[in-house]
Amino acid sequence: MELLQGMWTSMAFDNLYWGNLVMWAIALTFVYLAIKKGFEPLLLLPIAFGILLVNLPSEIMTPGEGLLWRFYHYGEEWAIIPPLIFLGIGAMTDFGPVIANPKTLLLGAGAQGGVYVTFFGALALGFNIDQAAVIGIIGGADGPTTIFLASKLAPEMMGICAVAAYSYMALVPVIQPPVMKLLTTEAQRKIRMKSLRKVSKLEKIFFPIITVIVITLVVPDAAALMGMFCFGNLMRESGVVDRLSLTAQNELMNIVTIFLGISVGATMPAEVFLTTKVIGVFILGSVAFCCATACGIGLAHLMNLFLKEKINPLIGAAGVSAVPMAARVAHKVGSEADKKNYLLMHAMGPNVAGVIGTAVAAGMFLSVLK
Amino acid sequence: MANIESPMSGKVWKILVKVGDAIVEDDEVIILEALKMENPIFAPEDGVIKEINVKEGQQVTEGDVLVVLE
Repeated sequence: MELLQGMWTSMAFDNLYWGNLVMWAIALTFVYLAIKKGFEPLLLLPIAFGILLVNLPSEIMTPGEGLLWRFYHYGEEWAIIPPLIFLGIGAMTDFGPVIANPKTLLLGAGAQGGVYVTFFGALALGFNIDQAAVIGIIGGADGPTTIFLASKLAPEMMGICAVAAYSYMALVPVIQPPVMKLLTTEAQRKIRMKSLRKVSKLEKIFFPIITVIVITLVVPDAAALMGMFCFGNLMRESGVVDRLSLTAQNELMNIVTIFLGISVGATMPAEVFLTTKVIGVFILGSVAFCCATACGIGLAHLMNLFLKEKINPLIGAAGVSAVPMAARVAHKVGSEADKKNYLLMHAMGPNVAGVIGTAVAAGMFLSVLK
Repeated sequence: MANIESPMSGKVWKILVKVGDAIVEDDEVIILEALKMENPIFAPEDGVIKEINVKEGQQVTEGDVLVVLE
């Protein structure tokens, strides 16, 4: 009898409260979305499992002891994993469309307007300035950058902001088209763009080198992300270290994604997640995202006032850094207006520029707030 | 006689026509895969397929002639 009692107390039912059960339900919903709906499964599945683990009564997130705490501490708090992901993204990214049409760099920067609009919105809603910056950066639709900035400014917001950023990345095809159609006319969506010129290997090699020098001089706090990003890209374009480049794109990327996903999930125990703030983050995140889309399109309209060869304003919406989802959406909305209009490669310009833009925006927040 | 050129770089995913097929404007001729997206290429005008210059799975870049019409 005593033995049974001992077993009962050593079991952990006592430490559960209703909030944990709600989190189990959320975790299982994420598992469902990942498996059945294919919503960013590479991230959502590990995040969901992390949420489940941290909401079981265990020591798994106890500082200094727990396994997931160690993943979290060395990976995210030390801000190692997001730059490693940027290394992989750099190695995957073809800057050809940007080099062929450098004007698209402006569009990638323009969409970051949404980041700042949301920043002020979050401040107005009573988030503190560090939290507001992290919420704003969701508008860039860049998961690793959001996690990077959160780790430096507002670690308590990391989990929820990461989930918001990745959710909105998955929802790009749902959120963007209505905004895009609202802000463009049918005739503008039909604008066909002249074919991109061929870009030489030399240009592609110089691009990451020049980019890292310029950006680090102007925004030193973006160095961690941009340094890795440009290094990854140089490995790709150099053509002599395919093994390293492929490792950065595939194996290394997959490894850090496992650690990142499960430990980001583990930052969401019920007592942190189930607050009214979370709702605010999700609403502001979608506002951020719509504003970023609108800013990109607005800037494209503005540029068209001065350009002789008009750009299709839809590609401005691709300035958010969800690569290549946003470019695909621009292409799709364009081809609905004119099925022989192929905007995909043109939209990749602002899209990859948007990755740089969001990292720079994060660097600017860091230099002002840290 | 007209050429159907590739409007973007990508991989030839499916060829939907054979030499000798008669096609009309806006028929789907080839599907290109780029960035994991299937992009149908449409016939620019009516005609008969004279030559197909690419194979399924082949990488093409913008401006490559995919199909010759007559």
